[in-house]
Amino acid sequence: MKILVCISNVPDTTTKVKFTDNNTKFDANGVQWVINPWDELALTRALELKDNAANGITAVSVIHVGNASSEPTIRKALAIGADDAYRVNAEPTDAYNVAGQISEIVKSEKFDIVFCGIESSDFNGSTVGSMVAEFLDYPSVSAVSGLNIENGQTVITREIDGGKEVVSVPAPFVAIVQKGIAKEPRIAAMRGIMQARTKAIKVSEPVAIDSLTEIVTFELPQPRAKCKMVDAENPKQLIELLMNEAKVI
Amino acid sequence: MSVLVFTENWDGKFKKSSFELASYATKVAEMLGTTATAVSIGNVDDSELKSLGNYGVKKVMCVKNDSLNVHDSQTYTKVIAEAAQKEGAKVIIIANNNTGKALAPRLSVRLKAAIGSGVNKLPLSVNPFVVVKRAYSGNAYAQVALKSDIKIITLAQNSFELIETPNDAAVEAFAPSIDASMVKTQLKDVQKQSGKILITDAEIVVSGGRGMKSADNWAPLSELANLLGAATACSRPVSDEGWRPHDEHTGQTGKIIAPNLYIAIGISGATQHIAGVSSSKFIVAINSDKDAPIFEAAQYGIVGDAAKVLPQLVEAVKELKGK
Ligand SMILES: Cc1cc2nc3c(=O)[nH]c(=O)nc-3n(C[C@H](O)[C@H](O)[C@H](O)COP(=O)(O)OP(=O)(O)OC[C@H]3O[C@@H](n4cnc5c(N)ncnc54)[C@H](O)[C@@H]3O)c2cc1C
Repeated sequence: MKILVCISNVPDTTTKVKFTDNNTKFDANGVQWVINPWDELALTRALELKDNAANGITAVSVIHVGNASSEPTIRKALAIGADDAYRVNAEPTDAYNVAGQISEIVKSEKFDIVFCGIESSDFNGSTVGSMVAEFLDYPSVSAVSGLNIENGQTVITREIDGGKEVVSVPAPFVAIVQKGIAKEPRIAAMRGIMQARTKAIKVSEPVAIDSLTEIVTFELPQPRAKCKMVDAENPKQLIELLMNEAKVI
Repeated sequence: MSVLVFTENWDGKFKKSSFELASYATKVAEMLGTTATAVSIGNVDDSELKSLGNYGVKKVMCVKNDSLNVHDSQTYTKVIAEAAQKEGAKVIIIANNNTGKALAPRLSVRLKAAIGSGVNKLPLSVNPFVVVKRAYSGNAYAQVALKSDIKIITLAQNSFELIETPNDAAVEAFAPSIDASMVKTQLKDVQKQSGKILITDAEIVVSGGRGMKSADNWAPLSELANLLGAATACSRPVSDEGWRPHDEHTGQTGKIIAPNLYIAIGISGATQHIAGVSSSKFIVAINSDKDAPIFEAAQYGIVGDAAKVLPQLVEAVKELKGK
């Protein structure tokens, strides 16, 4: 079985978010780019599955839709342990377009399991994984916090309101993963970093797919009113304020 | 033409969030000069279905089919897409919860419909159709134009007021062309906790961080939550340490919530934590460090030791709320 992990290239989670061009473009000046945190966990789980020979995983590949400037992030995924990488050479315009590009590669390269993170930390869409599944007419399981292979069958844990369900779907399928899928992201070792230099990044040109959305403008959140301090000797006043001023309790 | 809203049920019952969706769909329908229709999947009785009418929904399409007892995203998508086609829906509205996130993107591809996800207010305009969504994990908002003929909106929970517009909703059975062979998801086991208030549903959330010092110190925090009818939550290190269960972890990589009141106790206010709670209407911070960044996100604060302040808050609530 072959696993494909979808990788998004996002600003480091501590980035001070700013915009340029009349608030239509993210200001990438001085920004550190990283693998989207959930994608990193997905990759970690894929590699853990491959480590156990009994699971019969023959390869773990990663895919990224983006231009050449995101290759350092792809190399990082290779250094962590992915066998090879695909890059579709296109500016990622919207989720529909990105998912369409990914599904073309899944179709031609015949992957059995496609992993996607629950959302990207920049656009927070929570859409690409399930879109890929629908483009391909594959089953998809969302909010996945555990995935194992037992006797050739997938055993998937998904989060539901107030609990969990254990389900199974036949391959090929798409798993949209969240917290819990792996404990800690795997870190690249020196050997991995060396090996990554020689691993292949297969670059392909995009197919023609529409974009259905367009960013009109970005806004920064309204600054909050200054914090009103209550004396630690008189916490009762806090409860009074919440009752009579904020009226929330 | 109409606006279609998918209203999920929990053991045959709707929740406040279902009525938020119905209220929102009714308002969007007004903007478009049309009406809202709800679609419900599963065994929900007629009086419950009709309750959606109290929030302006004119019609409820009700799908009862045993093949749909297990949530299979592929099949559910087919059902909602068929309902949308039958109604000539121009806008489809779904909750931005786990179920909605599983279905909306599939529907988007199936109907070639642009999607605005995690929206928290009415569209700014309907021609062009522009919605506002959360971006950069709460550090920004994006105005997004949805350019397709059909549009999909996933609505953030607890972000839209209930608007009572009583009317008598017509309940109609709807039989989509699906059968058991389409369902690929096999359910093996369900583990559910009952009775616990979900942090995504709660109007008040009391949350503890590393400043709580140990799992043994949670009793007054839980008591405060109980007295306020609140859910309990925590920061990531607290769930990583195993002090609290994982489903209480809030923040960028945990649950994203928007309660009316979020009380953060012994939480420093790292950007990744704030990302999950910044849509709360009020944030209260209790922290021993007067320079902790949490005070920048909060409207009310106490600089003090959680171990001392918490029991006093418990007493104050008992006294002032008469409990
Ligand atoms: C990719 C990524 C994703 C992340 N996602 C999340 C996430 O989703 N959610 C999340 O929470 N974190 C997340 N983090 C971690 C985050 O950066 C912080 O490390 C974490 O939020 C800190 O938790 P804390 O506030 O409980 O602990 P600390 O930062 O250690 O803060 C403890 C606070 O308690 C105060 N304190 C100490 N003693 C007392 C006392 N006696 N009384 C009162 N106050 C006291 C201290 O002044 C301090 O402010 C993420 C990090 C990364 C890199």
